[in-house]
Amino acid sequence: MPISLEEVRHVARLARLELDEAEVLALQGELNALLGHFADLQDIDVSGIDPAFQAMSLQNVWAQDVIQRGFTREQALRNAPTSKGGLFVVPTIIEG
Amino acid sequence: MANYLASVGMEVHAELRTQTKMFCRCPVEFGGEPNTRVCPVCLGLPGALPVPNQQAIQLVLRTALALNCQIAMHSTFHRKNYFYPDLPKGYQISQYGDTNPIGFNGYLDLPSGKRVHIRRVHLEEDTGKLIHESDFSGMDFNRAGVPLMEIVTEFPPDISNSVEAKEYIALLRQTLIYLGVCDGKMEHGSLRCEPNISIRETGSDRFGTKTELKNLASFRAVQLGVQFEVARQATVLEGGGAVIQETRGWDESKEASYSMRAKEEENDYRYFPDPDLMPMQFEQNEVDRLRDALPELPVAKRNRYIQSLGLSDYDADVLTAEVERANYFEEVVAAGIEPKQACNWMNSDLAMLLNDADESFGASRIAASELAGLLSMIDSGEISGKIAKQVLRDMFATGESARQVVERKGLTQVSDESAIRLIIQNVIQDNPAAVENYRAGQQNVLGFFVGQVMKASQGRANPETVQRLLRELINS
Ligand SMILES: [Zn+2]
Repeated sequence: MPISLEEVRHVARLARLELDEAEVLALQGELNALLGHFADLQDIDVSGIDPAFQAMSLQNVWAQDVIQRGFTREQALRNAPTSKGGLFVVPTIIEG
Repeated sequence: MANYLASVGMEVHAELRTQTKMFCRCPVEFGGEPNTRVCPVCLGLPGALPVPNQQAIQLVLRTALALNCQIAMHSTFHRKNYFYPDLPKGYQISQYGDTNPIGFNGYLDLPSGKRVHIRRVHLEEDTGKLIHESDFSGMDFNRAGVPLMEIVTEFPPDISNSVEAKEYIALLRQTLIYLGVCDGKMEHGSLRCEPNISIRETGSDRFGTKTELKNLASFRAVQLGVQFEVARQATVLEGGGAVIQETRGWDESKEASYSMRAKEEENDYRYFPDPDLMPMQFEQNEVDRLRDALPELPVAKRNRYIQSLGLSDYDADVLTAEVERANYFEEVVAAGIEPKQACNWMNSDLAMLLNDADESFGASRIAASELAGLLSMIDSGEISGKIAKQVLRDMFATGESARQVVERKGLTQVSDESAIRLIIQNVIQDNPAAVENYRAGQQNVLGFFVGQVMKASQGRANPETVQRLLRELINS
């Protein structure tokens, strides 16, 4: 089922991408080509095969609950475009 | 006004009592200077790899078992994608699906007898804290990645009014504290309750539009908030309006809800399995072991205190309200003290002292073994109950044991008959008129004499010996 222009716009909005109409059209073509490959995969008979969501066969990879120090505040904020009072400054957001 | 039925679903988030975060080993202590408990993982820096906290997984398993859930023997983590400044990675790690969350299809029986079905108990991570200063907004990521357990009730909801909503959150909180999985501090936000509320006309089988309530920092707020929201929605419908699906905040001072934001236009989180995290596979024997190791839960404990220990409903409620008080009580009883006596001393004299000092049974400066020591001195007749009250106050003030206080102040009960006899003779001599009254048939004067003798002995005379000798001497 080909992807509609509206669906392209929807996905772009979710990803916070601002696209002009030409880009929307171009991406529709590219996404449809991609989905075409998945459609081919859909045709393969997988009955009797367990679903696998991971590429590796590992499981239960866990860590002990023991503190290890990470960054100092200076290290944490070093790459922030703007910081103030020990905080990462972000665009002001009005709730409500 | 038409008759309306309310339906209340409950979504509860509990911060787990671990030392470290969910996917990195940064510490989770409350408070701390902003951005001092962070690392590449919880800041979402490129290339950082999360590793789940085994202890957090165990705590969720315990909770799921205590809430009578089925356990997903195979369970995975998903990415929930959305943009907000408090989420450095651009997604929250959570668990998606009906039978994938660690626990599903459970229930909690309320004291009223109502069974509340639980849809899911899953594991996720907390977000950072957005701080609004006067001239800018900033992020503190100390809470980002703290292990968070979400407990969601089943739909259609079993809870149909504000009292049941309060009963549910109160029992759930108590249960989580008993299990040791969460500190339950609603005022600090380590336990957060977000009810969703809808109403429909009696007889209708179509559920109304629901609103979600946030910022409920106490049981009372949960009850008042749900009550307010039910009434507000009824007023909207009666006025010919429609309830809007939205998130509403609770204003504690105004005791009213206010609109925070309409549900995001796109509730499209595009969940998918997190490729950085390997699946969890639980073994049946491990689950059985955890189930066997569950502590006695509040309702069972309360019933045992009433049925096996012979306590009143009220006493059992007070003792089991906090697990620390229940543990303290059980230690005193284990030391050989009569349950009723242990309960009376704890809930009156000791509770008052702790209360005045703003302390709790969990951190009581008089240990359970020390209280037991005091009460056993009453049982053995070494001190009277009245003296014991004074001794308890001294123990609290000085940190001494009961025996140390009694010996230092010479408070042991006088049972030596010759000593008591002497005191009685003096009291009789000093009160000839009262003796006449007694001999004239006024039996109640005996109480006066007992009082005088006890006073003269500074409360140390054995009351039974006093009674017996008084009758003997006053009649001679
Ligand atoms: Zn970290």
